[in-house]
Amino acid sequence: MSVAAEEVSWMDRNGLQRLIELLADEGHEVIGPRIDQGAIIYDSIRHVDELPRGWTEDSQPGTYRIQPRNDQEHFGFNVGPHSWKKYLFAPLTTVMRSRKTDQGWVMDSPQPELRRFAFLGVRACELAAIAVQDKVFMGAGTMDPEYQLRRSHLFIIAVQCTQAASTCFCTSMGTGPECHAGFDLALTEIEHGFLVVVGSDHGRRVMQSIDTRPASVDEITDGVRRRQRAVNQITRRLETDGIRDRLLSKLNHPQWDDVASRCLSCANCTMVCPTCFCHSVDEVHDLTNEEILRNRRWDSCFNVDFSHVAGGSVRDTTRSRYRQWLTHKLATWIDQFGSSGCVGCGRCITWCPVGIDLTHEVAMLCAEDAS
Amino acid sequence: MNAPENPWLSYTAVIEEVRSEIESVTTLTLRLQDEGRAAQYRFAPGQFNMLYVPGCGEVAISMSGPVSDDGNRIVHTIRNVGRVTQAISQLGPDDVLGVRGPMGTPWPMEVLEGRDVILVTGGLGMAPLRPVVYELMREPSRFGRRTLLYGARSPDLLLYARELDAWRSSGIEIHLTVDRADPHWHGHVGVVPLLIDRLVDLAPSNTRMFLCGPEIMMHFSAKSALARGMAQEHVWLSMERNMQCAFGMCGHCQWGAHFVCRNGPVLRYDVAEPFLQVRDL
Repeated sequence: MSVAAEEVSWMDRNGLQRLIELLADEGHEVIGPRIDQGAIIYDSIRHVDELPRGWTEDSQPGTYRIQPRNDQEHFGFNVGPHSWKKYLFAPLTTVMRSRKTDQGWVMDSPQPELRRFAFLGVRACELAAIAVQDKVFMGAGTMDPEYQLRRSHLFIIAVQCTQAASTCFCTSMGTGPECHAGFDLALTEIEHGFLVVVGSDHGRRVMQSIDTRPASVDEITDGVRRRQRAVNQITRRLETDGIRDRLLSKLNHPQWDDVASRCLSCANCTMVCPTCFCHSVDEVHDLTNEEILRNRRWDSCFNVDFSHVAGGSVRDTTRSRYRQWLTHKLATWIDQFGSSGCVGCGRCITWCPVGIDLTHEVAMLCAEDAS
Repeated sequence: MNAPENPWLSYTAVIEEVRSEIESVTTLTLRLQDEGRAAQYRFAPGQFNMLYVPGCGEVAISMSGPVSDDGNRIVHTIRNVGRVTQAISQLGPDDVLGVRGPMGTPWPMEVLEGRDVILVTGGLGMAPLRPVVYELMREPSRFGRRTLLYGARSPDLLLYARELDAWRSSGIEIHLTVDRADPHWHGHVGVVPLLIDRLVDLAPSNTRMFLCGPEIMMHFSAKSALARGMAQEHVWLSMERNMQCAFGMCGHCQWGAHFVCRNGPVLRYDVAEPFLQVRDL
């Protein structure tokens, strides 16, 4: 549904509180940013006071610190270690059960648990990441019942970025920083309130119960200026032209050895990545081995046993595992799902304990392409 | 609207028969307990099932029986080589395990129509090709010359040796090779690709080749086939990778752009070739 530019309304902080309450009344678990253990993470939100008001983040390769702002903005930061994938693609879920009975084994799959989430504060790169995972879990292939159920009941309140971190490169990936679609509501925080754009019928219905007024021309202009500030602050860049072929023609490049000498193969990048979807299934049984669960959990291509076959691990070096991650994310993902697996959020750069920056690695791999 | 079937759900199957093949290799015949499901079950040569031992885990195993089998008779030939296959090897008649399948892209049987067919296999790679052999035997007139090139480490490790005479008498030309011969061995000694080099009267443009065995064997066999003038698009191979979901979601089996479980295990050589050259991919 297209939304005309004049359909921008203004609401204050009380309106945002009302929005949280209305969504909770509808049966949604409202999830939003909050501060926990020195980081801005996503968790349940009941009140606007729980938002990281007056805080921002300093994200650098291998470094993350929250810092006070010199204003009282609610969303004056970008992305922390969490992503929304932990709600739609649960880190741990039971996919099958077996019970030993007098008649032998009985196998069934538990009904996926319906949880109605409302995400508050979804950035443009994160909308793109959700769209990427949609293709993985409910695209052309097999449907994941739990993901599909949660996704179909999801309410999204996007928040426009009005600043950028040093690790952001959404402009290279064509995913941001501005949210254009894929949300129920989109907020731009301006001084003393929020500009609201409606993106769905559900969003429109909810807004009807909230005190708003049409935004003034000055307010709209201020919103545009703030959103442009995010664009202007993005300095990191990834050259994506022909990246699939460029990377796949360099599978034996010496740069892979170079990055492998720094990479700890710790899997942090895959855990914080909002699109990484790899998972494993564990057997969990009771003491008598008569009640057995098969639990799906997040896994990573950086773990050595991830590619284990009868003859051993296929990718038994850090070099081969980093190469798998990077070439999958930026190249073969395009073959598989029709888009890059990278949305330019920069989490993998920030949360790499040794500060490996994929944009730098790609530049080094492709340095000779420039001429 | 019915909820989509949970793709992780296994269906119980009873072991009807256990047959010892060669050292640490057995062939199991299974029957799905759900009669309706058993009646509907069909597979194509080259496809696999996820076999599940509760409390131990799942493993991807190709079907090795004829395609006429339904879910009342599912045949798997299994080498006891890992945690799950060892647990399976300890099961016997009337024991129950779980089955999810059939999974994967099968051998493209339609391309063999009217063509000379060469099956090239080593070791346990014979098992996923046996359903193809049965098809070649069922209607010989649909195909041209039919050849099986088959290698094993030693003569006692040739799988399905007891069936080879029947395959030969149906008109399939069989060339065997072993790495280490014994005093009674009359076949070739050496690696499988040499059998391709030695084939007489190979008509490259009219030949279609299926490869199944260790990756290194398939790699060099394909090279031999190309050296004999065959086109890349006329050669198929079956890959092995770690598989957990078997429907292209868990990510374990990725090989280049391919999910081996869904885009494979059978892949055309020209599609696989760029990745076959790269170590540890």
